Amino acid sequence: MTVLAARTVGVVLDGARVVDGLGLALERGDWLALIGPNGAGKTTFLRAVAGLVPYEGSIALAGDEVASLGRRELARRTAVVPQIPVIPPDMGVLEYVVLGRTPHLPYAGAPGRRDVDAARAALGALDALHLAGRRLGSLSGGERQRAVLARAVAQDGTLLLLDEPTSALDVGAQQQVLELVASLRAERGLTVLAAMHDLTLAGQYADRLVLLDGGREAASGPPGEVLTEELVARHYGASVRVVEGEDGLAVVPLRPRVDAERPVA
Amino acid sequence: MTDAGRLRARLAAARGDRPLPGISLAWAFAVLVFVVVAAILGLALGPVSLGAGRVARELLSHVPFLGVESSLTETEDAILWELRAPRVALGLIVGALLASAGAAYQGVFRNPLADPYLLGAAAGAGLGATLVIAYDVGDPLGFDLRPVAAFAGALLGVATAYALGRSVGGGRSTATLILAGVTVAAFLTAVQTFVQQRNADTVQEVYAWILGQLETSGWREVLIALPYAVVSSALLLWHRRLLDVLAVGDDEAASLGVAVARVRLLVVAAATLGTAAAVAFSGLIAFVGIIVPHAVRLLVGTSYRAVLPLSLAVGAGFLVLTDLICRTAIAPAELPIGVVTAFLGAPFFAAVLRTTRTVGP
Repeated sequence: MTVLAARTVGVVLDGARVVDGLGLALERGDWLALIGPNGAGKTTFLRAVAGLVPYEGSIALAGDEVASLGRRELARRTAVVPQIPVIPPDMGVLEYVVLGRTPHLPYAGAPGRRDVDAARAALGALDALHLAGRRLGSLSGGERQRAVLARAVAQDGTLLLLDEPTSALDVGAQQQVLELVASLRAERGLTVLAAMHDLTLAGQYADRLVLLDGGREAASGPPGEVLTEELVARHYGASVRVVEGEDGLAVVPLRPRVDAERPVA
Repeated sequence: MTDAGRLRARLAAARGDRPLPGISLAWAFAVLVFVVVAAILGLALGPVSLGAGRVARELLSHVPFLGVESSLTETEDAILWELRAPRVALGLIVGALLASAGAAYQGVFRNPLADPYLLGAAAGAGLGATLVIAYDVGDPLGFDLRPVAAFAGALLGVATAYALGRSVGGGRSTATLILAGVTVAAFLTAVQTFVQQRNADTVQEVYAWILGQLETSGWREVLIALPYAVVSSALLLWHRRLLDVLAVGDDEAASLGVAVARVRLLVVAAATLGTAAAVAFSGLIAFVGIIVPHAVRLLVGTSYRAVLPLSLAVGAGFLVLTDLICRTAIAPAELPIGVVTAFLGAPFFAAVLRTTRTVGP
């Protein structure tokens, strides 16, 4: 089943064309990562899919055009994990996760027992039920990201939109969070569209990558086809070595002109 | 889930996690008692003391089947029902409106310093009342035009600020709305100051109005203010959970299915209607809209499911008690209520800032 079909999508922000002619399709259970240098249009494309910015072209969720779906219906189908979530420090974790039930409630309606149970189940799925009684302000970065993911899971949508979900986390927390997303995908059949900065993690977790540059698709395909030293050098201006191991690819940054800077003995 | 995770989940379930915030029965009862006690004190005390117990008996004598008899004389009965009761009722209404509007503004703008006058309601009301007083319009329609002018000025001020903010930021940014409010307020205050300067003989009357008062001429003001109070309070209470959703910011609230601009417009409109009704009959009473919601947050946390209804009730009781101080501190003269709320509110707020690391919206 095609969860997301985008065709010739363009987004213009303040007169600048930030996304230009982008097209992609996701089947149920896919994990597609958008990669590319800063300003390539990754976040803007995710925002267009979430209905947060106007777009040209077509973005269809299970056949329905995003622009024609109401905000609540859109929120029932897609859940967004933003790059820098707004965390009200005094809000309880369970209360925060219950916010994910908002699109399933009547306008201004209060959550019921079923919504609280769904929030608890979401926390349980993320191994975070023990955090339910804590304040958000007391959580570590990794715990906080679990709470944000739990809120997205509680939304009970089919498409998870992750915007740099691990950018503020240490390497251990990065792995934990992505493993949790991978298990959600496996257990619940979630479809994942993620903007990712870390090329190694993108290559290890996503089935397919789309490399964006200047709002356009520069390359797409399985990680082995997109994560090449030549493409990374051309589009990131970075010197890297791509190492292929048993567990997948690793993109290792190289320091340019190391020899020239070596102090003379 | 890992074995450790399952164990933690079972332990958390066994402990019983913090329930979702709402109003606990204990807080609801405590606040109800506070409001009733404030109202009875407001009715009982004044230049002629009626006694709290006798006032309570008089009130209960109107409840059928209780068989309680009043011990008030005819004069005392007139003082109670014709002088004090309308004033206490107006105090309850104005306090409830200002405190709930303040809480709503703080939520909708995610700004702990937001108050009901943030978008130019005070400046607009001030200009309206000043024009009527300065040019001695009188009562060509058979009633005092000051409340009408203040009401219209408050609505006009906020509507102008909202339209200006939306035309700049498309209604998406709270910062542009707040800046538009500051701009409109500065302009209206400049006009009001100019009018006041050109009519120096009425400065004292304008000044007295601006400092706020709860003077009534019977039940008329209460009956006029009541429908606005009901509509404003009902709309704000209805939206209290959406204010919790707005706490995660406009973008995230939108991705959770909330039509942010529409909700903000509705909440601002409801809060403005209440504020305009309040300033029309009480002048500009400062600080109630800030200190009451923050005091409530200190007690019950930050969820608007609890903060909004409790602010409404505590604000009502607080203003009646403040008015009692105004009436009795230097009797038979009266203190302006805006002075007393600020005099009590400023040290309280300073204490709140010292004892809490953060003041949440």
